[in-house]
Amino acid sequence: MTRTRGETTVTEEIWRLLQSVPDPEIPIISIVDLGIVRDVFDEGHPVVAITPTYSGCPATEMIEQSVREVLDQAGHADAEIRTVISPAWTTDWISDDGRRKLREYGIAPPAASAARGRGLFGGAGLAIACPRCGSTATSRVSEFGSTPCKAHYQCGACAEPFDYFKCL
Amino acid sequence: MTGSIDIRAAEPRLVYVLRLADNALVLGQRLGEWCGKGPALEEEMALVNFALDLVGQARMLLSYAAELEGAGHSEDDLAFLRDGMDFRNLLLVELPNRDFAFTIVRQCLFDLYQCGLYEELQRSGDSRLAEIAAKASKESRYHLQHSAGWLVRLGDGTAESHQRVQAALDRIWRYTGELFETDDVETALVAEGIAADPAVLRSEWDNQLDRILREATITRPAGDGMASGGRHGRHTEHLGYMLAEMQFLQRAYPGASW
Repeated sequence: MTRTRGETTVTEEIWRLLQSVPDPEIPIISIVDLGIVRDVFDEGHPVVAITPTYSGCPATEMIEQSVREVLDQAGHADAEIRTVISPAWTTDWISDDGRRKLREYGIAPPAASAARGRGLFGGAGLAIACPRCGSTATSRVSEFGSTPCKAHYQCGACAEPFDYFKCL
Repeated sequence: MTGSIDIRAAEPRLVYVLRLADNALVLGQRLGEWCGKGPALEEEMALVNFALDLVGQARMLLSYAAELEGAGHSEDDLAFLRDGMDFRNLLLVELPNRDFAFTIVRQCLFDLYQCGLYEELQRSGDSRLAEIAAKASKESRYHLQHSAGWLVRLGDGTAESHQRVQAALDRIWRYTGELFETDDVETALVAEGIAADPAVLRSEWDNQLDRILREATITRPAGDGMASGGRHGRHTEHLGYMLAEMQFLQRAYPGASW
């Protein structure tokens, strides 16, 4: 059974609403573009499945709260928010649109598929392009940045310090 | 008034999950002690990020443990209201941080162990454990790249950093045997395809560690006079002090929340 409100189905409407919920740490990108919203489906009541980026990400509860508010305000108080951890979140789920927005915001998007070098010292040789000037003459300052999902880099060409969204 | 809660964990799966959870929780708390005291801003952020990941993993595992226990406890109850003798973590993770070399050596030994363990547990017959392992495995691999990288840099660095890393490894070595000990709890779960087989974990851990130590020009300590007991609730004196600080708020103000 697909319930509708006017022209669109309820799940379509909820997907559209969630497009407007920003990530609390990187407000330029929505939780849909980040791949945090895994699914919206109908179980007699709407269910929104969300997944944390990192196990300890402090934004997870805030995201759940924002989703709750948006759903309530749009008259979907019966919607359930379900946290799922499997399959585990990966940066591969960040949409192309999301990647573009990150770059425009000054954050270098993940450079490769997360299935890359899983060796002990793997992943260090990736060329990360500076989000400001595009040069790949960049170097890593720190494997950990301003949030759990980012590392800290600097551009050798234009000297811009920037965040890099780590591959996970 | 909430007092201590009593976990008389007899069911093997509950004991196993508590062991995993407590390793993550106790080391997460230890690493958090570096906050405000790191040797450099970047390293402080790294150590505190490790802590954050570990506490996140501990939350998932403690929630599962609470469900298995079925006594109406929450993840917070299990973290903040259990006495030391009811913690099931390895002695390795409760040792004080000492200096940066010690923290890094301990971290590298633990990350190597976690990577192998969570790799195996992704195939566990317990689907909940397999899900948590898949999530934690990615984080552990990133931690290992960092801690192994530092171990090599410090070991193959100056005379001072080399000496400190060697001293740290010599001091910590006797706590590594416990990582691969087995008992009735684990033997039963390994047979059921739920737990990871310590013997399998050990050989991979040994190989990888030898590779790292070679690159770090650090000598693997001889001797096998091993200390153990943490996984059975027999801890060093250090755990009590740590828990006194970690649990203070919930003990003094039961049920306090943000």
